Amino acid sequence: MALLSLHDVRIHDGVGDRDVVKGVSFALEAGQAVGIVGESGSGKTLTCRAVLGILPPHFTVSGGAISVDGRDVAGLTGRQWTALRGATVSAVFQDPASYLNPSLKVGGQIAEVVRVKKGLSRRDARRRAVELLDALRLRDPAQVYQQYPHELSGGMLQRVLIATAIAADPQVLIADEATTALDVTVQAEILDLLAELRESTGLALVVVSHDLAVVAQLCDEVLVLRDGETVEQGPVERILYEPRHAYTRLLIAEHEQYGLDRVRELAHVA
Amino acid sequence: MSPEPVLAVTDLDVHYRRRQGRLHALRGVSLSVAPGETVGVIGETGSGKSTLARAVVGLVRPSAGRITVAGAEVTAFRARQWRALRRRGIVQYVFQDPLRSLDPDLTVEESLAEPLLIQGRPRREAVERVRAYLARVRLDEELLSRLPGELSGGQRQRVTIARALVTEPRVVILDEPVSALDAANRVKALELLTSLRDAGTALVFISHDLGSVAGVADRIAVLYRGEIVEDGPARAVVNTPRHAYTRLLVGSAPTLRSARADRASRRRLRALLRTEEGIRHDV
Repeated sequence: MALLSLHDVRIHDGVGDRDVVKGVSFALEAGQAVGIVGESGSGKTLTCRAVLGILPPHFTVSGGAISVDGRDVAGLTGRQWTALRGATVSAVFQDPASYLNPSLKVGGQIAEVVRVKKGLSRRDARRRAVELLDALRLRDPAQVYQQYPHELSGGMLQRVLIATAIAADPQVLIADEATTALDVTVQAEILDLLAELRESTGLALVVVSHDLAVVAQLCDEVLVLRDGETVEQGPVERILYEPRHAYTRLLIAEHEQYGLDRVRELAHVA
Repeated sequence: MSPEPVLAVTDLDVHYRRRQGRLHALRGVSLSVAPGETVGVIGETGSGKSTLARAVVGLVRPSAGRITVAGAEVTAFRARQWRALRRRGIVQYVFQDPLRSLDPDLTVEESLAEPLLIQGRPRREAVERVRAYLARVRLDEELLSRLPGELSGGQRQRVTIARALVTEPRVVILDEPVSALDAANRVKALELLTSLRDAGTALVFISHDLGSVAGVADRIAVLYRGEIVEDGPARAVVNTPRHAYTRLLVGSAPTLRSARADRASRRRLRALLRTEEGIRHDV
């Protein structure tokens, strides 16, 4: 049974009175990774927010069905959503600093999640938080625990956010442009970490990006979204080598004509 | 003999005074751009790329080294001399955010004509040239009367590029010129910039992203912690990088065909760079 499944999900904007997501479907099992590619405004973030039950005001799921761990989420109460978020489905977004309280040490913020969601004592929660920082390859995790958000770089903050997101052992992690604002070498380090987490814990991933190459690096299946429509969907190899939609071909052409793919010789990439 | 470079930076040092002491932003940086050449300068956060961009614009005073523009030494230029140099339009700049680099109260026509009028050219000539360059960046003449706020992001970026070109510069410095655009507009902007290169204007792309520059640059220089650690033909830098940092940079850039590049080699290179530096380098 799929951990997360979306069936023809539509999202309606009540103010503009129009559908902004017009039918998104995919199913995700343990250890799998699905990618959603699209520009800002394509509906990719709204789709993620619908899965987390945090659509902005005036936006509603107007059609289709979302089920998490076999359970239809339509009609969940606020309390039921709270129990689900973090513990079953969790997420990290583009701007890590805005999700942390600037006046609290980062370690305490992770420990609080562990305490609330896992019911651990203060001491155990603290130990677990340091373990998580260590698992995310932050050197000297005990020291990072004691630091404030402003003392950490963007890459370190994103690791802290991922630590917080996986603190309650969710089965699905949504990474929505989670590496977009980072330097390329730091982005690769975070993507490598996600791949390792997936392999070692069976964490299923939803990777959302404007960059097809980022998604291709991590995912088995890709959805290409444009103006709320899924214009193409399939296994990553098929999308890369036999793109059917003009927009997908444009995304590929950008890399092939102007990007590293143009000058990089494959023999070297062993 | 190779032709005289349109822009040359030799042994450039820049340091900032900070409470903690001197902060070396650039150390012994040398870079030379030949007429018509496209050079990509790649640097991540803290590499000194913004300092380099600011130094060649005259916004940062070097503590040592030389900068020449079209053969003229400008290192010790005062603000007034820099302004005069900018007016001549030999070196032009295109910055990342076109909305902020265009005056919101000027129409497209006024924005494009301004650099020419400042040079003292007759209005009739300025207007003619504005129309010619608008066509070169493939924008319709009906946009001439619009304000920047009435244009799309891609159109604004093309107006900014046209504005940089009207003075027929020998070199255009582009600071992250396509980062803020969506895929369709990125491709259009890159097509346009490639056609400029073919027209003989030298381009310096400054970017954090090797991927966005590799396909258009003749040469790539890699800036790491204030020093140029690698400088060579784009194909050589990408395919046979010598410095460990360049190898990590190439191995980290997401590409389609090598999508699942070797994680283990990246891990090794990160460890190597950390040991070499002997400095805390948590990311």
